[in-house]
Amino acid sequence: MSVSLKIENVSKVYDKNIALNHVNLDVQAGEFVCLLGPSGCGKSTLLRLIAGLDSPTEGKIYIGDRDVTGLPPSRRNFGIMFQSYALFPNLTAYENVAYGLRNKKMRNSDIETRVNRLFDMIKLSNAKNRLPSQMSGGEQQRVALARALATEPDFLLLDEPLSALDAKVRLTLRREICKIQRELNLTTIMVTHDQDEALTMADRIVVMNKAVIMQSGTPEQIYENPENPFVADFIGSINFINAKEGAPYGLVKGETAAIRPEKIQITRSEQEGSLKGTIQDIEFRGFYDRVTVGLSHVVHGDIALAVDVPFQTAKTMRFRTGKNVYLVIPREEVLQFETA
Amino acid sequence: MKKISQRLQRFTKEDLVRAAAVYAVIVFLLVFLVFPLATLFVKAFQDKDGVFVGLAHFAEYFTSRSMVYSISNTFVISIWSTVISVTLAFFYAYALSRKNVPAKSFFRYVGMVPIFAPTMLLGIALIYLFGNQGILTSLGLEIPLYGKVGIIISESIYCFPAATTILMVAFSAADNRLYEAAETMGTSALRKMVTITIPNVKYGLINAIFVSFTYSFTDFGAPSVVGGNYNVLATDVYKQVVGQQNFNMGAVVGIILLFPAILSFIVDWFTNKKQSAAINSKSVPYQIKPHRASDIAATVFCIIVALAMILFFAVALFASLIKLWPYNLTFTLDNYNLSEAGSGSGLTAFKNSILISLVSAFLGTLITFIGAYIIEKTQQKFRISRKIAYFLSITPLAIPGTVVGLSFIMFFNASAFNIPFTQYAVLNPLHGIYGTIWIIVFANLIHFYSVPFSTATTALKRLDKEFETVSESLSVPFYRTFAKVTVPLCFPAICEMWVYFFVNSLVTVSAVVFLYSPTAPITSVMIVSMQGAGQTAPAAAMCMLLLFINLIVRLLYEALSHALKKREKKLKV
Repeated sequence: MSVSLKIENVSKVYDKNIALNHVNLDVQAGEFVCLLGPSGCGKSTLLRLIAGLDSPTEGKIYIGDRDVTGLPPSRRNFGIMFQSYALFPNLTAYENVAYGLRNKKMRNSDIETRVNRLFDMIKLSNAKNRLPSQMSGGEQQRVALARALATEPDFLLLDEPLSALDAKVRLTLRREICKIQRELNLTTIMVTHDQDEALTMADRIVVMNKAVIMQSGTPEQIYENPENPFVADFIGSINFINAKEGAPYGLVKGETAAIRPEKIQITRSEQEGSLKGTIQDIEFRGFYDRVTVGLSHVVHGDIALAVDVPFQTAKTMRFRTGKNVYLVIPREEVLQFETA
Repeated sequence: MKKISQRLQRFTKEDLVRAAAVYAVIVFLLVFLVFPLATLFVKAFQDKDGVFVGLAHFAEYFTSRSMVYSISNTFVISIWSTVISVTLAFFYAYALSRKNVPAKSFFRYVGMVPIFAPTMLLGIALIYLFGNQGILTSLGLEIPLYGKVGIIISESIYCFPAATTILMVAFSAADNRLYEAAETMGTSALRKMVTITIPNVKYGLINAIFVSFTYSFTDFGAPSVVGGNYNVLATDVYKQVVGQQNFNMGAVVGIILLFPAILSFIVDWFTNKKQSAAINSKSVPYQIKPHRASDIAATVFCIIVALAMILFFAVALFASLIKLWPYNLTFTLDNYNLSEAGSGSGLTAFKNSILISLVSAFLGTLITFIGAYIIEKTQQKFRISRKIAYFLSITPLAIPGTVVGLSFIMFFNASAFNIPFTQYAVLNPLHGIYGTIWIIVFANLIHFYSVPFSTATTALKRLDKEFETVSESLSVPFYRTFAKVTVPLCFPAICEMWVYFFVNSLVTVSAVVFLYSPTAPITSVMIVSMQGAGQTAPAAAMCMLLLFINLIVRLLYEALSHALKKREKKLKV
């Protein structure tokens, strides 16, 4: 069974350090929410409060419509996964998964059925009798997931579960966690500082900074329509154009405009409404090049914009440092912010 | 009503168990550490009838010429012993951790042997070597053994293992990258020593100095055997309390005995603040490079120290095995006859000693491990209580055995306590343990509490702190995870703690010399009185017996821990 969660006006203060400042958040039943932000933004604190590992200084936490503020973790019925896997090293994979069930006065045969089903789900049926030290990081984390799911929790908490894994394993496990989460329709909250992870996995991303929520929305909303410069800057790359430093005609309505590097078009020949600039730097980034183009005397002064160009295009256009190029900035792609 | 039921809901059965454990530890340390020490302090400011006399005893003490002699004597022997033992330990540890010396584990074990024997053994060996009819004396090598020199030699050997252990740890925590960087710049060996090695082990060195100083400042065993008329504080306090029943003056000396420990606590406080980790995850372990001349020098040095060490124990063994030195040199096992030793109480004493050590080891390990677990692995709850418990748990480290013994006798000997400034008194419910072996067990628990406590804390810190979180999320009570996961994973540390309690309880005299009673004799104290009565050979035999038992226990532990290490490698914790 899946439940909704509600964080109501929650604050947490540690010795005068404000870790969370009046945070409100609703999580729908079955939703996958990612808490994303730089270190120290309060995302882990929020997860700990939801788990009951810490109590909020102010505010309330609801699981379903049950007020659980101050209740110990054991009365909240959730599963949890950590970056460190936290598998019990002296117990086999099987015993790790069965750990929470042994306490529940279940019949051994029932335990066995359930544990076997979980091992089928994580595709590790042949590794049941191995010790954690005899398994790879990815396998261990799958066992940790099975252990978290074994007691049929109402919701799942993931604390940077993929950060300790190799890049390749991380990608596979991302998909597996998502698949299992959707199959079980299990309310899930994941803490991460990896934006790719958040963008690919979450139904909804909650971007946090300095103890408050900066924006909450679907990955597309967060990427396409960031509500403030912090979110715009934190997710993906972006050019900020400050009105005071100089901005191309009519681009800036408020104080700051912003545009993502891949939205700017670049050509060798002048076009209608294009801006002339000089290539200052070319950075090879694999399937694309990041080209820094300097624009001189735009209204008040000089600016430099980063433009992402697919590698093949850059090659055919024969970009070199010092060459002149023309930029077209589509008006509809320019974001406007009141303050920077 | 709703609020109350909400509160109750927050408080689980597990919290109750946790609270019980935290408070049990606090109460235990209050009763057996804080109350006795408080009694000692109060006694120092009272006369025999319990009337407050201010600093009168201190004034009396510091104006008495013989007492002042004792203090200066104590300083003299402590400073000399510290200089000698730390210097030897420094080079020994350096040779073993930074030079190509063969048979390192042999040298390491030989350097540790003094820990396993009562300090009287060193004194007895010295008598056989340098006494009036000593082996070396008869060869013409005469030294004024009884008094200063004898005490300094014994204490230097007694402090050597602890200083070596501390310095070995300090030397092994080196970052090879620093040395490589120095080499690329063509730095000389001497300059590397002065700019990298010494600064790196600075805190270890300070620590070793304080530990050695405190040991020799407060030890009772060696001065009681080879001290002669050279009075030191530890023997003074024994004469005051046991000889003259002058508890108040004894209390004054007890407080003076705390001086080096308090000083080292203060220094530790300051150095700990400044101490930054010498190594981190990026550090590279030190690579020993062959260097012929210094390797040979290091090996020769280790051989000399080890031979000297072996000589002492060989002489003590020899002493225990011959009939009557130097007149009748036939070999005999008579001295090992327990039923003859200590005018008939030898067997009882030996049984008591073993029993006390076993009980101390089991109880001590249990209490310190559970205490360390609750303090280390409870999250967010009982913060202040856990801080208090932690502070009380590390305090015994600063209390010398002599003071533990003194404070115990003062606290448990009293059948009732007057409440100051009133006419009321409370009965002492623990008076009953006085004169039994239990008072010795508890004195051992307190005396040796801190080191196993730190061992447990270190072992527990190595475990993933999320184990407890995971089991809570699975609604598994913490005591189940404690039994199923924590204890199995900490088992090597638990064995180490057990051995520490056992070995030390078996040979200690400084605390228990005040506490034993004729109805419950123990071997280590019996050795002191046998030696005093001129029964040196049987005393040597008893020393060797305790040493053998400790070595056997230690060897069993080594075998077990070797097997456990194999398992641990498999678990990779």
